[in-house]
Amino acid sequence: MKNHAWRPLWLAIGLIAAVLTARHFLVPQDFGVHGDSFTYNFYRLGAVQFWEDFPDKYQGRERCAKCHDENAEANATSKHRNIQCENCHGPGTGHPKQVKQLPINSSRELCLRCHEYLAYPSSLRSQLPGIDGDTHKAGKECRKCHDPHHPDLEG
Amino acid sequence: MSCSRRDFLKQSVAGAVAAAAVPAACTVIFLEPGEAEAAVEGKKLRWTFLVDTTKCVGCGFCVDACKTENEIPYDAPVSRTWVERYVVTKDGQTHIDSPNAGRDGYTTGEIRGETIDPADIDKAFFVPKLCNQCDNPPCVQVCPVGATFQTEDGVVLVDRDWCIGCGYCVMACPYGVRFFHPITKTAEKCTFCYHRITEGLQAACVQACPFGARQMGNMEDPDDPVTKIIMTERVQVLKDEYGTKPSVFYLGLDERVR
Repeated sequence: MKNHAWRPLWLAIGLIAAVLTARHFLVPQDFGVHGDSFTYNFYRLGAVQFWEDFPDKYQGRERCAKCHDENAEANATSKHRNIQCENCHGPGTGHPKQVKQLPINSSRELCLRCHEYLAYPSSLRSQLPGIDGDTHKAGKECRKCHDPHHPDLEG
Repeated sequence: MSCSRRDFLKQSVAGAVAAAAVPAACTVIFLEPGEAEAAVEGKKLRWTFLVDTTKCVGCGFCVDACKTENEIPYDAPVSRTWVERYVVTKDGQTHIDSPNAGRDGYTTGEIRGETIDPADIDKAFFVPKLCNQCDNPPCVQVCPVGATFQTEDGVVLVDRDWCIGCGYCVMACPYGVRFFHPITKTAEKCTFCYHRITEGLQAACVQACPFGARQMGNMEDPDDPVTKIIMTERVQVLKDEYGTKPSVFYLGLDERVR
C-alpha cells in the first residue's frame, strides 16, 4: 500500500491504542459484569460496599429497652405498643455517648398524624380514636392531659 | 489479481487455524445437572416488599424515618418513599394528593385547597409508594455509564461516584421514584435500606410503621411469612403492563391507583 494510505491508518490505530490504555487506567479494576446479565449487572463492585457501609440511624426499640426497661415494659402493654420509641424520641444513633439527650417531639402535630379524625370509609384511619385538632384544646400539647406511654381517653 | 498455488494453500491453512481459534477462545461450557444446580444454589436471597394499603392510616412516620435514615435533605421536595391519599367522591372524581410526600402525615381533610364534605366521600384511602426494585428495571437499561445496576439479591442501586447526572434513569422510571439528590447531584432512589437489610435489620420505613402496612421478606424462601402472603393471597403490582416485574406487592389496591 502507498504511504498516504498507511499514515491515517497508523493514526487511527494509535488513537484506539491511546483510548484503550487510558481506559485501562481510568476504569476501576472492580468494574465489570457481576452476575448473569450484561444489561443489569454491569457495575463497579465498590458501589455495593458503599451502600452496605451506609450508617444506620434508627436503632429499634430492642436497643432502647436495654437501658430504659421500665418505659419499654410499661409501653408494651399500652395501646401505643406498636409505635417505635424513635418515632417520637428521634433516631438513637450516637445515644447515649455522643448525643446525651435525644430531641423528643412532643408536638400536637405528631399526635395528630394519627388522631386527627378523617372521615375516610374503607380506611383504618377512621377507626382510630380521633379528634378535630382545630377545636379540641387548640394549641395545647396533648401530653399535658394524655400520657403517650399509657394513652387513654380520660385525660 | 494473481495468486500462486503456494500462496493460496498458505492462506487457506492460516485462515483455517484462525477460524478454529475463535470458538476455542469462547468455548461454551455445558454444566452437568448437579453442577448447574450448585451454580444456582448461591442465589438464595431475593428481597421483596409487601404493602398492605388497608392498614395504612397516613401517619407519614415511614417517610419521616426514610428521610432521616438515608440522609435526604429534610425540607427538600424530594423523597425516596411517599404516601399518597386518594379520596373518591360520589360524583366519580378522584382527588389525589401527597403534600411533602406525606412526611408530616395527613392532619387535615383539605386536598389541594379543596374541602370535601365527608358525606360526599364514597371511599378514601392511603397508598404508600417506594421503588419497586423491578426484575426488569428500565432505569438500569438506560444508564449510559453503568452507574446503576441490580445487585444479586435483586436491589437496584446507584453508584454515586460513577453517576454523571444525565437523568435518563429519572425519565425512564415509570413509577417516578427517582430524583436528583440535592447535595450529591447524582441520581437517587430507594435502596430498600440496603445497609440495614444486609445487617439483618428492618428497613427504616418498615420499622417505623406502627400498623404493619409495610413488610419485607425473601422471595427465595418459601417459608418466609411475607413470601407466603404473596404466594397465597390476592396481591397486585403497580403498572404490570409495563413488564417491569416489580418486587413490591400490594394488598387492597384500588383500580384508581397507578
